[in-house]
Amino acid sequence: MIRARHLPFLATVLIFVLAYALCVLQFPNMLSFRVLGNLLTDNAFLGIAAVGMTFVILSGGIDLSMGSVIAFTSVLVAVLVRAGVHPALAFALALMVSTGFGALMGLTIHALKMPAFVVTLAGMFLARGAAFLLSTDSVPISHDFIKLLKGLFIRLPDKGKLSFLAILMLLAFVIGVILAHRTRFGANVYAIGGSEQSAELMGVPLRKTMVQLYAFSGFMAGLAGLAYTLYTSAGYSLATVGVELDAIAAVVVGGTLLTGGSGLVLGTLFGVLIQGLIQTYIVFDGTLSSWWTKIVIGLLLFAFIVLQRLILLVSERRAAIRSAAGG
Amino acid sequence: MTRLRQLYPQLLALGVVLLLIGLISPGFFSVTVQNGRLYGSLIDVGVRVAPVALLAVGMTLVIATKGIDLSVGAVMAITGAIAATLVADGHPVPVVLLVALSLGLVCGLWNGVLVAFLDIQPIIATLILMVAGRGIAQLITGGVILTFNDPAFSFLGSGAVMGVPTPILIWLAMGLVVGLLVRRTALGLLIEAVGINRRASMLVGVRARFLILATYAISGLCAAMAGMIVTADIHGADANNAGLWLELDAILAVVIGGTSLAGGRFSITASLIGALIIQSLNTGILISGWPPEFNLIVKAVVIVAILTLQSPAVAEELGVLRDLLRRKGAKP
Repeated sequence: MIRARHLPFLATVLIFVLAYALCVLQFPNMLSFRVLGNLLTDNAFLGIAAVGMTFVILSGGIDLSMGSVIAFTSVLVAVLVRAGVHPALAFALALMVSTGFGALMGLTIHALKMPAFVVTLAGMFLARGAAFLLSTDSVPISHDFIKLLKGLFIRLPDKGKLSFLAILMLLAFVIGVILAHRTRFGANVYAIGGSEQSAELMGVPLRKTMVQLYAFSGFMAGLAGLAYTLYTSAGYSLATVGVELDAIAAVVVGGTLLTGGSGLVLGTLFGVLIQGLIQTYIVFDGTLSSWWTKIVIGLLLFAFIVLQRLILLVSERRAAIRSAAGG
Repeated sequence: MTRLRQLYPQLLALGVVLLLIGLISPGFFSVTVQNGRLYGSLIDVGVRVAPVALLAVGMTLVIATKGIDLSVGAVMAITGAIAATLVADGHPVPVVLLVALSLGLVCGLWNGVLVAFLDIQPIIATLILMVAGRGIAQLITGGVILTFNDPAFSFLGSGAVMGVPTPILIWLAMGLVVGLLVRRTALGLLIEAVGINRRASMLVGVRARFLILATYAISGLCAAMAGMIVTADIHGADANNAGLWLELDAILAVVIGGTSLAGGRFSITASLIGALIIQSLNTGILISGWPPEFNLIVKAVVIVAILTLQSPAVAEELGVLRDLLRRKGAKP
């Protein structure tokens, strides 16, 4: 049986398939592994960030610092590599910094009982400022190791490539799905999102989970930063402004409730793909401006939010009828 | 209105910030009159704060109802774009003002309907317009930065009345009008009631839906005004950058002003002081000659410091401490 709370997810998948079919009807060339491969590669950093955002939103929180942390890690890696550090070491350092930064925000949110919105907003300023301190110019990276990573891919039929970045993003989603549905951490996050008070009474360690949660989201933002660095071969402190909004939109379009407690990590993947599809369509069309992306995403957001409201209303009414019949 | 005593923390923070800037650059407090207009860094703070101050007025009311309006920056871009288009086409200023303000009102009503009547969480409801708004603004300007040359409209951004720059007068007037409206009537009290417990307030007969709708409408109006000031100031509309991230500054101003994001008790005066604190920081860092790279870091650190002092956890600790001290004082 299809559960009502999985309806938004199914709707997302359906919309993606329908939209893709419509695109293919107009431009038959869009149905190729090449386009699909590029769709995954071009949106890899957004997808990775969106995995972290999904968990934060599932817990009922929000992480506004993501775009800034992505920019910060990419600048940090670029500056370290320029100074002669091996990229692998730079990657590890950057991930440690971003994870630690996330953990610190989680601790602040819990210890000071401040809204995640405000704390991560301050984190957004802090990370962006730190990126400016490292360098205000775009720092190019060229290193054999980076070239090696960029050259890695799995060959798909008809000249398609599943690049390293695409694999990294799919891997992030696999890890996300396992974490969400097969671990205690995932269950705790869902519980906190359902009701923080109930979760605490049921023995969910709030402090530990909050720190882990925002550390995970920081880690994913750092990983997205690395993906972005590989994608552009540079670190720039003014890059990825507003990516957190794209990630939030992807999560909501993917069927996760912004109030927390309900949603699927896999839905976010389709949320990201829908955004990418709109952009690909605009590129294929050639006459539309890129700002149509924003308007369409806004409309999609609206449609999904209304859909979620309706589902909630229907299930509430059903529950009311059931309890009336039972009582 | 708000009692002066309740404003002590905000006034103190503003005083400390201003004092520090004054120590770093002594010329900060000097105000001169040139060409019949006031000049000086302090006046500049007052002019530059106008957009955030206007947004903060509307945002305070929205936040007091336990809501949030993320779309104000995008609404600024939309209204700025329409104002620039109309001015460039040669329409008279009153028409431009009327159309832009109505558009802001419509945007606010859209948010309000989503929140009040469709019961959608405010943060998501206003996210829609935040994401789509800049696209709409681009649609209006046709994707270019529209420029115009119209002294009458530019007066809004760079003119002066009796030596006082117009933006200062506009935000002071708006703060005063809205402040009087909510505090000289029962509206403010009712808004606080809705913010603290919407169900309970509805049960005692407060028309919560209407009130919530009204706060978003006012927020849209404020955003329209802010959008026009920015457009008039730069003699053009930049759909990409007008009002970018100003919603966050406005929310910060409200939070620094002590209004809780959980709704309830609010103070427009305190929010305006919060906006002044943020702008003083911006201007102060600029004129102190520090590299602008430090701007965001300093801002983040100061904000975290102010918010930490106001946070519920620290307030509890301080309360416990105060009780302990009082008990100790009472013993002997």
